[in-house]
Parts: sequence; structure tokens; C-alpha cells
Amino acid sequence: MSEVKKIFIAGFGGQGVLLIGQMLSYAAMYEDKEVTWMPSYGPEMRGGTANCTVCISDEAIASPFITDNFDVLVVMNSPSLAKFEGQLKPGGDLFVNTSIVDIEPTRTDVNIHRVDCNKLARDKIGNDKTANMVMLGAIIRQSKVVGLQVMNTVFEKVLTGKKAKLIPSNLEALEAWEMGA
Amino acid sequence: MAEKQLMKGNEAFATAAINAGCRYYFGYPITPQNEIPEFMSRELAKYGGAFIQAESELAAVNMAYGAAAAGGRVLLSSSSPGVALMQESISLIASVELPVVIINVMRGGPGIGSIQPSQADYDQVTVGGGNGDYKTIVYAPSSIQEACDMIYKAFDVAEEYRNPVMICADGMIGQMMEPVALPEPVEPVMGEEIRKKKPWALTGHRNERERHALNSVWLQQDLLEEYIDAYWPKFEKAERELQEWEDFMTEDAEVLYVAYGSTARIAKEAVVALRNEGVKVGLIRPKTLWPFPEKAFENLDGVKDVISVELSKAGQLKRDVRLAVEGRARVSLINRYGGMLLDPAEVVERTKKIMEEVK
Repeated sequence: MSEVKKIFIAGFGGQGVLLIGQMLSYAAMYEDKEVTWMPSYGPEMRGGTANCTVCISDEAIASPFITDNFDVLVVMNSPSLAKFEGQLKPGGDLFVNTSIVDIEPTRTDVNIHRVDCNKLARDKIGNDKTANMVMLGAIIRQSKVVGLQVMNTVFEKVLTGKKAKLIPSNLEALEAWEMGA
Repeated sequence: MAEKQLMKGNEAFATAAINAGCRYYFGYPITPQNEIPEFMSRELAKYGGAFIQAESELAAVNMAYGAAAAGGRVLLSSSSPGVALMQESISLIASVELPVVIINVMRGGPGIGSIQPSQADYDQVTVGGGNGDYKTIVYAPSSIQEACDMIYKAFDVAEEYRNPVMICADGMIGQMMEPVALPEPVEPVMGEEIRKKKPWALTGHRNERERHALNSVWLQQDLLEEYIDAYWPKFEKAERELQEWEDFMTEDAEVLYVAYGSTARIAKEAVVALRNEGVKVGLIRPKTLWPFPEKAFENLDGVKDVISVELSKAGQLKRDVRLAVEGRARVSLINRYGGMLLDPAEVVERTKKIMEEVK
């Protein structure tokens, strides 16, 4: 079976959780990889939970649904950490948004990366809304599921027209987190 | 082929329809296909088309009937219980031989059911549906790319056969995003061109030709029998010419999966996993549900087990598989239902159990 990188991103609505997954998917596509993006869909209240799964591979991907054995788990809020922590595979990468998450991971067999997304977005970029891009940058640079270079192409293709002016701050946000911090 | 784009299934479906020259869309909201009407409401007018959110599925399908009668390229979309509501008029549309393309993004049933992916509409779309002697031509895509290609083609098939054509996707294909290269846009046949290119359309006789009338009621039963005899050969032609399927590692297979749509992706992964363990497994993936690809089952030499892998309790696909196998191998079922999904590991495990059972 071909190697499929399984990435699961969870948080609450409005944090840009689905967008992080979409940006990873674009990056994989522009690197000529196979990719699927699958959102949770179903009854949900405003401000409720949101999550998506991204699968990246060099070969065709069977199922876009993943329920277990994530290679990468990204949690943007506390309930997501509590709910999905157990589904990360041993040795996997756990990214925690410490600006919001106020509980500690219980897993000791995974690599934990603490990213103070909102603080870094405010202090370094001057825009709280880039918090999800700070997390995206951390995922890309740490886990290397896609290259950082391709993000130039992604932003150019996705942020067009009026949004084009957001490209520099978004690129900057990708490098806001200090690896190993 | 166009450059690849990352698109959500439902939006890609709608774009493929517009590129195929569809300019009329009618629908009523239902999860998990709401991005289709959302997209059409935003985009179709830009192409000179018309979008109407009807007051019900029944209204939508009858609007489609009207637009198709006038010679337009029409798209309807809904999900399982919504499609059930449309079946009355799908029969009506078939009875007067009009082309309509319908996208069914399947969800769990019966009744209102669940909103998660399901394949329990197999019976509804292939043998059930509306009343009377007719067939709906049904395509079952297993990726967003394939869905777009099938939708694009479906408009031509619908016009060639002058019959409803359905694309049976499910919540997985509709909701996910994948890279897709969209088919090239074609110019729609509109206005005066319809009179020339679609002589069957109701465009007004203008004292230039015999009047056309669409008639779905035959109170003289002998005339109805004659009428059915007159159009029936097209369904025989469809059975000869439209069967489509994919063979995956079937050549030396002793165990043969049959799976369609999103479930075929999972079955494929199970095939690869079992092959790595030395088990000779293959997959027949029907791309058309009606006509069912019976031709794929012509040679079953060496096949001991045929297993229908599907998201339906009853084994709706399995019945057609059994008819095609004609007793030459044991036919079993691996299934989940109600909106629950199979994963490759479960398929592998259940396959081993089936193989261990006393032959």
C-alpha cells in the first residue's frame, strides 16, 4: 500500500480550520501529489466544532475519511485535544494552539509542538486573523508534508484580486513560529 | 485538458454541467448536495441561464420537464429522499421521451434517514423509481474527476436516448475536495438553433410542420402497448452499448469484489492489501448501474468467490451481481449501511472470514 500522509485538523468554527486543510491541499496539488480534503459535515450549531482531514500521497488515495492513525493532528481548541488525541499514531506530530488550548496533552509517545498562534499573529504580524496561517506554517515546516516554497504559488493562485494584498503578511505568518520553541 | 483545480465535489459537478451547455437548473435544498444549487444560484445567470429554487422537489422536477420539452439542457439535483419525491415525474419525463440529467448525492435511508454517505438508493435508481415500463440510465462516479466527466457526457447521452440520465454520487464524493481538470466548455444550443437541432422539442409549429404534442396518457391500452414497443429498442441499445466498468487486478483473481462509487475506492485499497499478503483478489467496478455491466462477468474462470462490497443492508447491488454470476461462483456481501462507511481493514478482515467458511 502506498504511503499516505493523514492529517487531521480540528477546532471550532471561525478559526480557519477548514482553510488550513485547504491550503495544505492546494500545496500538495501544486507539488503534483494526489490529495483529498474532507470536511466534517452534519448538524452543527454556530460556533460549534469543525474539522477536516487531508490525505496526501504520491499515488491515488482510496478513502478521504480517516478515523484513526493520523500522522499529524492539529488541535486549535481544548475540546479537540481531548476528543482526538488518542487517534494520533505513536510517533506522530501533535500541533497544539496554546493561545486557546488550556489543557495539557496526555500522550507521551508523540511529538508535541506548541504553537502560540494568536499571540504570534498579533505580535509578529500585527493581525490576529493570521493565526491559522501561523499554524499552517508550523505544520509545513515541522512535518514537511509539503514544501514551504510551494506556498508562494498557492497564495498567488488563491489570493487574487483584492485579496492579493494579503499575500506578504500570510507568507510572513508561515514563518512566525520558531521551530523547536 | 484544462489546468487542475482543487474543487469541492458538488461545485465541480455544477461547473461540469455548465461546461456541458446546461443553462437550466431546478432544485430544492437537501444535504449533502446543497453546494450544487448554491453554486448554480450564483453562477448560472452569468451564462445567460436560469436558476429556480422551487417550492418542493415535485415542483422542481416538473419545471425540468417543461424546460426539457422546450429543448433546453436541464439539470436537476437532490439527495435520496428528495430524488424519491421526484420519481413520479421522472417516469412522466421518460414516458414522453425527454432528456434530463439528474444528480443524486446519496445519503442514508429509508425515509428522511441520515445525511452521511450511503448506497441504499441502488434499487430506487435502477429498478424502482417511478411507475411503468421505462429505465433510467445511471452512472456511478468514484472520484470528482470521473463525476465531472460523466456529467459532461450525460447531457449528450440524455439527448441521444431522449431519456433521463442519473449520476449517482454520494455524500463522500459530493463533500470532499480533490484536484480536477474540468471538461472544456461547449456553446449551448439556444433559441432558434433548438428548432433546427432538436426537432422533437416543442418550439411551436408556425404552420411549417406538423404539430407536436407530448402525451403521457393512453386510454386505449392497445395504443400504449404500441407506443412502448416503439421506444423500447433504445433501452435494448443502451444495454448493448452503454455498459461501462473498470477491471482492477481481475486477471488471475480467485476472489472478485464488485463495488461502485466511493466504496470502490475502499475496495481497491483492500485488493492491494490482500495482494500484498498473496491473496488473489480483484475488483470489478461498475461505472454504469443501469445498464448493469453484465459483460464484465463473461469470464469467471478460476473465480471462487464474488463479493459485493456496498453501503446497503439488503445487498441491493448483490442481487444484480448474482444475476450476472449465474451460479458460477459463490456470491457474498460485505456491507455497512445507514450512513456508516466501510474501511479497507474491515473489508480485508471480512473477506478472510468469507474465504474460511466451508465451501
